Amino acid sequence: MTTSSSEPVTYAYAVARAHPDLAASLTGRVGVTGAPVRLITEGAGEEGAGEIVLVVSQVPAADFGEAGLRRHLEDLDWLEAVARAHHAVVEGVAARTPALPLRLATVYLDDGSARAMLRSAVRLFTERLDHLADQVEWGVKIYVEATADSSGASSAEDASEPAPASSGADLTPGRAYLRARRRQRNDREAAYRAAQEAAERVAVVARAHATDRAAHRPQQGVLAGDTGENVFNDAFLVPRGHSEAFRTEAADAGRGLAGVRVEVTGPWAPYSFAVPQDAPPDTDTTTGAPTDRPGTPGATDPPGTPGSDGDGNTGDAGNGSDSDSTRDGSDRGGTARGGPP
Amino acid sequence: MSQPLSNRLGDYPSRATPQYAQGSSANLADILERVLDKGIVIAGDIRINLLDIELLTVKIRLLVASVDKAREMGIDWWEHDPSLSSRATDERSLTEQNRRLRAELNALRRERGIPEVDAEPRAPSRPRADRDDDDAE
Repeated sequence: MTTSSSEPVTYAYAVARAHPDLAASLTGRVGVTGAPVRLITEGAGEEGAGEIVLVVSQVPAADFGEAGLRRHLEDLDWLEAVARAHHAVVEGVAARTPALPLRLATVYLDDGSARAMLRSAVRLFTERLDHLADQVEWGVKIYVEATADSSGASSAEDASEPAPASSGADLTPGRAYLRARRRQRNDREAAYRAAQEAAERVAVVARAHATDRAAHRPQQGVLAGDTGENVFNDAFLVPRGHSEAFRTEAADAGRGLAGVRVEVTGPWAPYSFAVPQDAPPDTDTTTGAPTDRPGTPGATDPPGTPGSDGDGNTGDAGNGSDSDSTRDGSDRGGTARGGPP
Repeated sequence: MSQPLSNRLGDYPSRATPQYAQGSSANLADILERVLDKGIVIAGDIRINLLDIELLTVKIRLLVASVDKAREMGIDWWEHDPSLSSRATDERSLTEQNRRLRAELNALRRERGIPEVDAEPRAPSRPRADRDDDDAE
C-alpha cells in the first residue's frame, strides 16, 4: 500500500458495546501518539446498528505505515510506550462497557475503512460482547522461589554455585559441596511439587468462580523479573460478581506451601478471551455477516486451543513453549489471509 | 546457557514503573503478552510485514519467555544487540563462548567419529539431576 506520510491513519484499540457515557468517559484521553481517542459508530440501518463502536485515534502514517512500524517495532522503548498506551485505552473502555481488545498496531487508512471492518463483523463482535459482558480476566502466576542460600538468584542455573554449607564444616570441601548441592536439589523438587499443589488449588478455585481459562506461556527472562521461576501463567474469565472471591481465593493458593509464590493480576480487559478458546482454526464464525472485504471477517484468528491443555500438568514449565509453537503456526495462517484489499 | 538473561542485564531500562496500571499491577511482561499475543487479530490496511512481526514477537518472547528454548532454536540475537548485551561481563561472555566452541567442536567430532570432549566445564555448570548422582559417588 502507499500512504503519504503526512496523512494521519486510524489506529484501532478495541471493539466495544455502545454506552451512553463512553464518549464522555474518554474525553481528554489520548492514544498511542497523544491524539484524542474517538469512537467510530456503526451506522444506522444495519443489523446491530448503533450497538457497537470501534475505539480509535489518529496516528501519523510515518510512524504506523509499513516502514515506520517495521522500524519502530524493533525499538523496545517505543514498543513499551505504545503497548502501555494501547493498554490504557483498552482498560479505560473496558471499565465502562464490554470491550474486545484488538491486537497492538491494528491500523486503517482512514475512518471509513475502519468502519467497513466494523460493519463486516457486527454479528461476530456482538455475540462475543454478549458472552463477555460483566466478566473480567484475572491472571494467576505461580513461581517457584529461588532456594534460600542463593541470595536473590533467580533460576536453576544459580544452583551450580551453592553457598558453603555451615553444617558441613567438618567435611572436605568436595563433600560439603556435594551435600549442599543435593540438599538444594531436594529443596527444588519439593518446591516444584508444592507448585503443583498450588496449581491444583487454583483449578479448584477456578471451578467455583471462573467460566473460562486460557493458558499463557510461563514468563522467563528480563521482563519477568528476578523473583523466582514462573511455572504457571494462566488467565481466567470471571463474572464480576465472583471477581473478589476469585482474587482472594486464588491469591491464597500458596498458603502453607514452602518455596512457592502465587501472584494474581487484574482485573484485565478480557484480552485472552476476545476470541473463543474452543474455536477451531479456519472456521468462519461470522456466518451471515457481510463479507465484502476479503480476509476481514475470517481473519479474526482463533489462537489455537491454549485453554484445553492447561489442566493437570501445570507444574511443567515446558508446556507453554510447546503449545505455543502450535499456536504460532495457526497465527501465521490466519494473519496471512489479511492484508490490504 | 550459563546465565539467565535477567541476571546478565539487571534491570532493563524499559522496566519503568507502570504509568497506566488501573486496578492491576500491570507490569510490562503482563501487558506485552496480552497486547501482542492476545486480543483479536483483524487485518488492518497497514500490512505489517509478517516476517517482521513474527521476528519481533520472537524477540519479545525472549524477554518474557524461555531463553533456553530460544537458544535451542539457535536464536541468540541478544548477544549481538549492544543495548541488551552491554551489561554482560567479559567473564561470562568468555564462559559462554567457551561452551559454544566446545559444542561446535563436538558436533564436528561426532561427524567424523572422533570421541567428544567434555561438553561443558565441570564447574560452574548447569545442575543436572543425573550428573549430580554421578558426582555423589
